[in-house]
Order: sequence, then C-alpha cells, then structure tokens
Amino acid sequence: MEHDILIEARGLTRRYGPNTAVQGVDLTLRRGEILGLLGPNGAGKSTTMKMLTGNLAPSAGTVKINGIDLAAEPKAAKQHLGYLPELPPVHPEVTVDEYLHFAAALHGVAKSSRKAAVDQAKTSCGLHEVSHRLIGNLSKGFQQRVGLAQAIVHTPPVIILDEPTVGLDPIQIREIRSLIATLAQNHSVILSSHILPEIQAVCSRVMIVHRGQVVFQDSMAAVNAENASRLAAIFRNPPKTIQMPGVAQMQTLGEGRVVITPEQGADPREALIAESVKQGWGLLELKTEGRTLEEIFVSLTSGDTTALQEAA
Amino acid sequence: MSAALSIARHEARRIFVSPLAWTVLAIIQFIMGLSYFLLLGEIISNPGALNQYAGVSDYIGGGLFGFSAVLLLLVIPLMTMRLFAEDKKSGSLTLLTTAPASITEIVLGKFLGLSAFFLAVLVLMALMAFSLIGGTDLDIGRMVAGLIGQLLLMLSFGAAGLFVSTLTREPVIAAVGGFGLLLVIWLMEAMAYGGGLFSEVFRHLSLIGHFEKLRRGVFDTADVAYYVLFITLFLWLAVQRLDIERS
Repeated sequence: MEHDILIEARGLTRRYGPNTAVQGVDLTLRRGEILGLLGPNGAGKSTTMKMLTGNLAPSAGTVKINGIDLAAEPKAAKQHLGYLPELPPVHPEVTVDEYLHFAAALHGVAKSSRKAAVDQAKTSCGLHEVSHRLIGNLSKGFQQRVGLAQAIVHTPPVIILDEPTVGLDPIQIREIRSLIATLAQNHSVILSSHILPEIQAVCSRVMIVHRGQVVFQDSMAAVNAENASRLAAIFRNPPKTIQMPGVAQMQTLGEGRVVITPEQGADPREALIAESVKQGWGLLELKTEGRTLEEIFVSLTSGDTTALQEAA
Repeated sequence: MSAALSIARHEARRIFVSPLAWTVLAIIQFIMGLSYFLLLGEIISNPGALNQYAGVSDYIGGGLFGFSAVLLLLVIPLMTMRLFAEDKKSGSLTLLTTAPASITEIVLGKFLGLSAFFLAVLVLMALMAFSLIGGTDLDIGRMVAGLIGQLLLMLSFGAAGLFVSTLTREPVIAAVGGFGLLLVIWLMEAMAYGGGLFSEVFRHLSLIGHFEKLRRGVFDTADVAYYVLFITLFLWLAVQRLDIERS
C-alpha cells in the first residue's frame, strides 16, 4: 500500500491530570519530507512524538501511519516506524551486533535478510569499527548512533528522532546531521530539537510547538523567502544617507556595515549596486536578511513570558 | 508470537552475559552442594534411618528440594528485579514498546527468557540429585515430581517478581518488593494454621503447601493448576500494569 501521506495526526491531545501537555496538534508528514518540530523545553515535543510512536495513548485524537490507524492496528502501523527517543534505547550489556540483530528480528526483518539489514544500518551510521564492542563501553556519540541504527535497521518509511544531537560534540553533531540528510533520500523524517540552526540545516518544513499547541507551520523555503525583508551591506566608504527610490530607511552599524530597509514590495538591490559604483561607496557585500527562524521562534514563544512579567 | 521468541532469546542472552546470573547460579550451587553433602553424610553416618517408608530418594530429593525452595525465594527476586525496572530507568523499554509487538508478547518474551535461567538452575540441581543413580536405587518418578515442583515454584516466583518489576523504575525496590510479596504468599501457610473462617482459603493460596506435595512425590493436577493459574495471574497483571502506563 503506497500512501503519499505517511503520518496523519488529527487533534492530538494529551492530558496529565489537570495539566494539558499537548492540545489539538494536527500533523502531516509526506513522503520524502523532513519535518522539524521546534519548541522550547517542555513545549510538548517529546509527548507528541511518544503519541506518534504509540508509546503514549492520546487523550483525544487519532494517528494514522501509512494509512493505518495506530490505535486500531498498532502492530501493523508500528511496522512502518523507526523511533529514536531522547535516550537511545540500547542495552549496555550486549554488543552492537547482537543488539542490532535483535532490533531487526523484533521489527520483523526475515532471518535471511537480517545480516544484510544490520550491515546496511551499520554502514549508514558508521558502526562497523565497533561491531563487537559492548554498547555500555561506547561513548555517548556512538551510543546515539547505535540508537539511530536501531531506528533504521528495518528501513521504515517513517523515522522519528527526538533530539538526536543532544549531548554530542560539534563534530558528532555534524555527522549525525549529514546522516539525517542522507536518510531523507529514502525515508521521511520527523526531527525534534530546540536548536534552531539544526532545524534550519536539515529540515524541509518546520513546525513550532509552544505550550502544547502548534503556533507556526511552514516550509523552510517559505521561511527563507520571507527573509528578503532587509538588506545587509558592507561598504568601504559608507554613505551618511541613501536617498533613492525603494529605500525606506538605513541604519549604520559601524565598520562600514549598513542595514537597509526597503519600501514595501520594492527590491532596490540592483539600483543600490549601480548607485554604489557611481558614488564610489565601494560596496563589498550585499545580502538579504530578515525575519529569521530564530526571530519567528522568539516572537512566538516568548510572548507569554513578557505577559507574565507584566502581570507580576 | 515470533516477536515474543525474539525477545525471549535476547533476554536470555542479556541475563547470561550479566555477572549477576553467574554469581546467583554459583551461590545457589554452592549452598545446594553443601546441603547435599550434609544430607549424604547424615545417611552414611546413620544408615538405620532409612526404612521401607523413607529411602535415599526421600532423603536427598525431598530434603534438597525443600531446602532449595527457601533459597530460591531469596534469590529469584534478584533475577527478576531488572526485567522491567531497569529497562524503564534506562529508557530501553521504548525499543520494545515501539516495535510491532504487543504488550503480551513483550511480557511473555521476558518471562520465557527468564525461564532459561530457571532451566539452568534446574539442570544443575537434577545433575546433583541424579548423580547417586550409580550407587543406589533412586525413585526416579519421585525425583522428577520434585524437579517439576521446583520448576513450577521458580516460574511462579519469577512471574510474581516480573510483575513487581513493572511497578517501579528502581531495580532495588523491585527486588525488595518481590521478596516481600513472595514471603507474604508463602506465609499464608502459617495463617492457615491459625484456624478460623479463612484458614482453608489461605491453605489453598499458599505457594508452599502445593510445593510440599510435589516434593513428596505426589503429582496432583490441582497443584499444577494452582501454579499455572498463579503464573498466569501475575503475567496478566504485568500486562495490565504496562498498558495502564501507556495511557
């Protein structure tokens, strides 16, 4: 059964007693997409992921994986899932090979193809050198990779990764990111993080969750397009003011750096370059800049804190 | 069910790669060996004690198995404490709960894996009892009944311990709790002696009363049924408990 929509969650709600951790989250994951789930700590990212993977029953709402209802047919639905929780679910007392063979068997990989599947996962995650070592003796980064290998060993169409780069050093983070990008060629991925550049680097669509609700959802391309709202320029001889059509305002930041706000809908870049040549300003750099993901994130998630401060 | 078998195989591996299993096996074997030699010594120094009602099989088999029941009560909670508590603590239980396996399969798998350890205990004990076969006439049937009783007792302890392990994230609490639970069920025998309205009920519920008969070589389906029900009840409770956790 081929479905273009791999995960469809409608109205996901989870209450813990009087507290509502997640409220009415709708989520759609299409084939070949990397969806970034972004939010401050405690926003409900992990709870949402637990509900998507069947580890937590939603108080309300439905989850369909590859068209199969997770509540009605959990075994069939879970076959299409690979999940790396916050803590890699590894068994420290066994070797990497033993563990991955078990994970493959558990996810229903036939005995004849198990070795090939484990080999493939080890290649993807760079684990061949530690095949025979006990997982408990491996570094955090390697354990994380073992956890990732476990999630992809049965080549599920959907991979769900909960903060996959937490606790890793910068080099490991880069490795895991490039691995995720590679995975996205054959799988759809949901990735949670509170690290913005991470989402920006790998995701094709971003969803911001705050206090258990979806507050922003758009494709990365749209987020980037919206960025063209300001121009940052560096001049060798910056002018005091720029008086030309299309430029609404300019601000000098020192050392020749200038931020130019164009008039609504205008793109004065070409005219600026021509003007710079004519006036001898010595334009060194010109780029568009604007509402970054970070600004969107901060404006959407910090509103309540200011409201709280005002109340206090 | 293939998921349950995969889990069982993996769980048995995890048990046997841990030093805990080997330490427990070594200690059981050492203490059992000691009591075996004491029993043998008793027979050798006082052969008159044997008569037409009590033979070597009663002495060795009955004595050995009776003693081992107490020992198992003490050590089996140590073997069951990690089953779920540790996996919950480390988060590795998620591997099983995300996989296409039902909670029943997970519980059965873990229980079967644990049974591999019980089989090891049983084989060591059988070897010791049957080592007398060359020297004297053993009542094989009686020994086998005792060993079956032993296995059923271990499986019951295991099922109860497994259930307690699903209640907590701390293996040590699971061990203490499992030990307490087993002791209470054990002590129901003592409550039965108190007489009164429920004494008959307590007598039927006590773990040890049913074991006594098997130990004496009486294979009664009622006793076996008791153990099967006991095991089923606690495994079912464990499944319920894990299901509640999810919702």
